Amino acid sequence: MTPRKTGRRSAPGPRVSARGRRPESGAAARASGSRPAASAPGTTPVRFVVNGAEAEVAARPSDRLLDILRGPLGLTGTKEGCGAGECGACTVLVDGRPVNACLFPALEADGRAVTTIEGLGGPAGELSDVQRAFVECGAIQCGFCSPGMILAATALLAEHPDPTDGQIRDALVGNLCRCTGYVQIVEAVRAAAARRRTAGGAR
Amino acid sequence: MTARRYIGRAVPRPDAPDKAAGRALYIHDLARPGMLYGKVKFSEHAHARILRIDTSAAERVRGVRAVLTAWNTPELRFGFLRDNLALKRDKVRQFRDEVAAVAAVDPDAAAEAVERIRVEYEPLPGVFSPEEALREGAPLVHETDPQGRPRRDNRVPLRFHHESGDLAAAERASRYVVAGTFSTPRIQQSCMGTAGCIAEFDRRGHLTMWAKTQIPFLAQRDFARALADIGLGDRDVRVVVPTLGGGFGSGLDTHAYEYLAILLAWKTGRPVKIVYTREEEFACLSPRQCAVTRIAQGCDAEGRLTFRRVEVLQDNGAYTSWGATYPSVMMVPVTSLYKVPAVYFDAQLAYTNNTYCQAMRGYGNPEVNWAIESNLDDLARAAGIDPLELRLRNCNEPGEVTPMGLKVGTCGLRECLERTAARLGWRERRAARDGTAGAEPAKRRGIGLASLCHVGGSGRIYRSDASGVVLRLDDFGFVHVLYGGVEMGQGLHSVLTLAVAEALGVRPEKVVIGPTDTANCPWDVGTHASRGAFMACTTVLRAADALRRRIFDLARTVFPAEAEEALRRHRKRNPDDRPPEFDVAAAAARTGAFDLRDGVLFLRDAPPEPWLRLDLARFLRAVHFREGGEMLSAEAFVDPPTQLPDFERGFGNLSAAYAYGTQGAEVEVDLETGEVRVLRLVAVHDVGAVLNAQTLAGQMYGALAQGLGYALYEEVLSEGGRILNPDFRDYKLPTAHEMGMPIELEFVEPNEPAGPFGAKGVGEPGLVPTAPAIANAICDAVGVRLHDLPLRPERVLEALRKRGG
Repeated sequence: MTPRKTGRRSAPGPRVSARGRRPESGAAARASGSRPAASAPGTTPVRFVVNGAEAEVAARPSDRLLDILRGPLGLTGTKEGCGAGECGACTVLVDGRPVNACLFPALEADGRAVTTIEGLGGPAGELSDVQRAFVECGAIQCGFCSPGMILAATALLAEHPDPTDGQIRDALVGNLCRCTGYVQIVEAVRAAAARRRTAGGAR
Repeated sequence: MTARRYIGRAVPRPDAPDKAAGRALYIHDLARPGMLYGKVKFSEHAHARILRIDTSAAERVRGVRAVLTAWNTPELRFGFLRDNLALKRDKVRQFRDEVAAVAAVDPDAAAEAVERIRVEYEPLPGVFSPEEALREGAPLVHETDPQGRPRRDNRVPLRFHHESGDLAAAERASRYVVAGTFSTPRIQQSCMGTAGCIAEFDRRGHLTMWAKTQIPFLAQRDFARALADIGLGDRDVRVVVPTLGGGFGSGLDTHAYEYLAILLAWKTGRPVKIVYTREEEFACLSPRQCAVTRIAQGCDAEGRLTFRRVEVLQDNGAYTSWGATYPSVMMVPVTSLYKVPAVYFDAQLAYTNNTYCQAMRGYGNPEVNWAIESNLDDLARAAGIDPLELRLRNCNEPGEVTPMGLKVGTCGLRECLERTAARLGWRERRAARDGTAGAEPAKRRGIGLASLCHVGGSGRIYRSDASGVVLRLDDFGFVHVLYGGVEMGQGLHSVLTLAVAEALGVRPEKVVIGPTDTANCPWDVGTHASRGAFMACTTVLRAADALRRRIFDLARTVFPAEAEEALRRHRKRNPDDRPPEFDVAAAAARTGAFDLRDGVLFLRDAPPEPWLRLDLARFLRAVHFREGGEMLSAEAFVDPPTQLPDFERGFGNLSAAYAYGTQGAEVEVDLETGEVRVLRLVAVHDVGAVLNAQTLAGQMYGALAQGLGYALYEEVLSEGGRILNPDFRDYKLPTAHEMGMPIELEFVEPNEPAGPFGAKGVGEPGLVPTAPAIANAICDAVGVRLHDLPLRPERVLEALRKRGG
């Protein structure tokens, strides 16, 4: 199965390729110290890189990536909004590409690199440029869609450093928000892109 | 008052960094030691007698700790009219009725157990529309009322009525009269975070509920009543509100799943968590009430309104929530939007076997506004008067007392109308002609507008309309704020922070908002009626004033000694400096000598010397660590000057202030497909005064998106009581694409004297007039009047066909 962001409103066209591993963050360090994969009956060890750190989790065939992130790895920043790939709240990056973690089988994560919202910031917990832009532009209200929205925006900017409004809306169309009307979210993505260009590249 | 430092600016929210980092904890993210997972078995019929429930197979599932039915638990009655039961015993009245509940060690076991519960039913004929329900001889949804007295029909026993002016005479005197029937659908609040709770008893039998609620204190009362029903009437109930993934009115009632969590926790002695899946949220959580509104309005030859007659019929569903009191808010626009000398209003609610409905943002106002503002355009057309001119001719005025007895303070409606029209290029475009050509021949463009009025100064729908705040200063200069209202995403904590910083005189970084918890926060009636910011700021202003007085009082004695000490240190560090002579003791003794700004205490007329500027934290420690020391705090509890109206007569000054606004839309209608594209939206709102420009814009943009969804896309579809579209695939929320049109916001600031910092409530108004503004634009474009929301392409096509176009 190809890891692909599935959702009725997914934008056409290829998604982002991996941008390389991020420095280990506090969250990743915690993740790596998680439940050992001593194989409980009916489980398979999944070895993958989560937020820059090696992780190993005993997963059942029915587990979704979302389950092992939120459960044994304790990465509750990834939200479950619908469980059906329709709202994008659980968006994470797998090898740099945005996927709905509620549709992605846990066993498929083996050998891959997963980035969750906890892995975006710097080592001391500082926010990434996209996260900061969301804060500063008022793009966050209840915040439930924000982690997924921020990861979708992060993936967009990795591919399109200078996205048009249309490209931003395409990239976010699989992420539902009930609070903001998307206006300040689009502004935040635009602001993050502009700042990145001024700063000459990376965050 | 000196110039404001924080209020009125665009300031990022204090809760945003943790939310951006994925660190905010929602109910989904909370766990308690030993916690069990609860799951509900819902009815498989819209209306049926329960013959037998077999739970034996469910009980045998490994990990199951309790299986509850009405037969092995005390009866818990709840709801606005107490017509609902946590577990149904004799019959089910809707598809989502709770017939059993399970607690297990993990969610999978709970789900498996629920699947193994077998229920035998005897299906009963149901009623699925209010018209059907009110027909003579219709099957009764409830055979008895909560007291056990027999019921004769399906009327919900709530009466909302208003009559003012000489209606018959006014109708006769009208030169033009236009009538119409308008309907609005059930829609889902669609919080991105689904509903859920955790119930936990301690070993003394006290209950803690982590609840996704907007009414922690009314919920506390409801849950305490439930404890009394299970024989724990003398135990304490504490309601803690985690970060909410949206509210929009869905948290204004307590829900069956919450009572089931309580029962399961009580039975098992373990904490129990129930969280709804999205499908459960769609199918089993109450949506917005739907309504059918029959309206007639008249005007004289000059376009002055003569009368308005509005009759509303609501499908209540099987049980009664607070949402059944929508008509209490409908009365506001019906009696008071534009000047109408004679008004008739009546609302009727019917029990049906459909899903029962509850509150949602706007609370009755969008339902009737849809009728009033659509029908008003038709009236203007009939009278040959421009719709804008008709509205301006009947515009509300500051200081007016309306037929319902609403005492209008400030009113910026005229400016809202004018500004919206100017932005739309109204007069030039209307002068050209009705409906301009679209981009292609088969497309026509048009513009439309609609206004609203809403409560803007809290709203008394309960015996108390109060809120309270505690401000507690610590040794480090932080202000800890305890407030009983709920941050559900709207920005309450932002406004609280700015209000404290502004009113007390500290930096916003020094303001820390504590969790909403009935054990610590002062009582609060709930976060509804656009009252959050209004009441938060009102209470903060009062508490901050008390704190400042106490600080300045103590400063008379503490400040001179501290200043002397500071001067000594200053001299030691700067031996060459010759500070000016200044008699601190004399200055401190004068009344009104002190001021506190950005966390610095100083004498107003002292020279700007650093040793005469005392850091608040230092001052607080000096006050604390001495004989007879003192920690400073202040509490304010405010019940605003609002009246609980007599809803049977439709009279009373519901709110302390009223909010107004006008929205405009430009649309393009495809004559071949019936598709409506909104090309731009304009929203000009009288907000009293801006508190935080950034969160205000966020409230408006978000409301406009909900208004757009209400206008064009959203509808909970049901057939025979079964919800047909319980997912985001078939229930269409606006996405970033649908919201891609240019949106212009503008705020009118008449500075409301009854409002804190001049502000009015703004949470709900933004979605109220969106749908009629769009429909009026469609009418302008293609000349057809649409009566039913949402304005789906097939409805537009049908209307075009009927017109013969």
